[in-house]
Amino acid sequence: MASLWRYLLAGLGLAALLAGVLAIVYLTAPHSAPGPDIARSKKTANGLFVAGIQPERGTVRQGELHSWLLTLKTVAGAPVEGAAISVSGGMPQHNHGLPTSPQATDYLGEGRYRIEGLKFTMSGVWQLRFAISAAAGSDSVVFNVVL
Amino acid sequence: MSRLLRFLALAGILLAAGCGKPDFSDAEKTTIASLALNTLPALKPDTTNRFADVPAAAALGSTLFFDQGMSRDGNVSCSTCHKIDRQFQDDLPQAVGVGRTNRRTMPLAGVARDPWYFWDGRRDSLWAQALAPLENPLEHAGNRAAFAHYIQKRFGERYERIFGPLPDLSTVPANASPLGNEAEQAAWKAMTPTQAGGVNRVFANIGKAIAAFERSIEPAQTRFDRFAINLASGAKPIGDAAFSPEEKLGLKLFIGKGNCVTCHNGPRFTDNGFHNTGVPPVKDLPLDRGRFDAVAQVQADPFNCFGAFRDGDASACGELRFMVKAAPELMRAYKTPSLRGAATRPPYMHAGQFSSLEEVVAHYAKAEAAVEGTSEVHPLQLSDRERAALVAFLKTLSE
Repeated sequence: MASLWRYLLAGLGLAALLAGVLAIVYLTAPHSAPGPDIARSKKTANGLFVAGIQPERGTVRQGELHSWLLTLKTVAGAPVEGAAISVSGGMPQHNHGLPTSPQATDYLGEGRYRIEGLKFTMSGVWQLRFAISAAAGSDSVVFNVVL
Repeated sequence: MSRLLRFLALAGILLAAGCGKPDFSDAEKTTIASLALNTLPALKPDTTNRFADVPAAAALGSTLFFDQGMSRDGNVSCSTCHKIDRQFQDDLPQAVGVGRTNRRTMPLAGVARDPWYFWDGRRDSLWAQALAPLENPLEHAGNRAAFAHYIQKRFGERYERIFGPLPDLSTVPANASPLGNEAEQAAWKAMTPTQAGGVNRVFANIGKAIAAFERSIEPAQTRFDRFAINLASGAKPIGDAAFSPEEKLGLKLFIGKGNCVTCHNGPRFTDNGFHNTGVPPVKDLPLDRGRFDAVAQVQADPFNCFGAFRDGDASACGELRFMVKAAPELMRAYKTPSLRGAATRPPYMHAGQFSSLEEVVAHYAKAEAAVEGTSEVHPLQLSDRERAALVAFLKTLSE
């Protein structure tokens, strides 16, 4: 019986040692690669505009149609008016496009455009691409939205 | 040697007990909680059907749902395929009404929550959906003029108490429809706009009554939901709410390595979307391209959300307005079905291609290329134990 206790003690010791090693490995291991760029405001690809996006009602709800606001400014900060905007995107990880065809449906002033008909049907990284054509020229911008 | 073995065995047991990982990580717990039935929101009003929550309309809809008089040969009702004691489906690979169709009957639990109807989404509301089988020659095989006369004869008083006065049908032909056989189409063309409008109105109201009834068919709590609630609250599951190690492994795979939850998400286990998952066509059935062909059909439907029979305003028509009309991924894309109750209703897929859950899991693991379009599924190494665990987990959604 006494020998069993010895084994038990030895087992506990070994377990503690292993836990320690595992902890060191875990703590010193490089943490996962940086996630996608989730900035909600950025310069367009060729630097013609500064674009910003936000869900119109503040939160993104998975599986529901909702609208976003796209704000377009020149690099100098002036609102971009009369822009033609087309929306595309999808999930690069799953090789599929958006489940809906969102459209710019309204101009709200001060460079703000309402983008209606967005729906994110699953969690993961979604890409939203806006092709923008205005007096200053044509440009595009891609945002990542993580659900 | 035996001492060393005993020592190692003991050390192993202690390691497993003391330093073993918890059953589920916090991220996994969040995902599991999002699948539980208690996160299902209250059913939203259907503003396109102002009778959707009128009890008398639901009662008439229930009568019509089970009425075999609602067919050409007097032998077919909605309940012929949507069997009340079988989760409102029929266990057949392809539904059989007046004839054999090319699609699997869908169960109805939670159906009022769908944005699109049929496997390919060729209708955009529950009430518009209910009308299509009535005139399909392989299902009820009826025609809308005959249905209007039948409603007047059998249910005239009940109808008028709910929907108001019936139109004058005295000069409407006994059989007429824009979708019927040649004689019925000719009769339809010969009708005045007032006659046709009146018949269409009665026909739309039949759909609205049936939809009002179907809104009451909701998913029931399962063993999985009881497990998930306990997991979220930290309570120790008792009785059948406790999962076996195999069921826990299956759930872990479902939300992890198996990627099932990518599409089968939320409390109904569906993203309500359409996907090509490489399911092969059934030999001898007509060409079936799924969502690819359904887009034009729902756009052409006079009972769609943009049509004259919608109640309320067009703000309810977002799904139709913003639907994807052309994209390569629509080819052979079919709706993600809910997995609640799936284990007890084989066969599976849009034409009953697979006879067991084991076959379904094998299909997704193998991820064969689609016959047309591109499958969104990627091959996956799953051991026999993992496959069995996934099936064991799916069964908890039927218990």
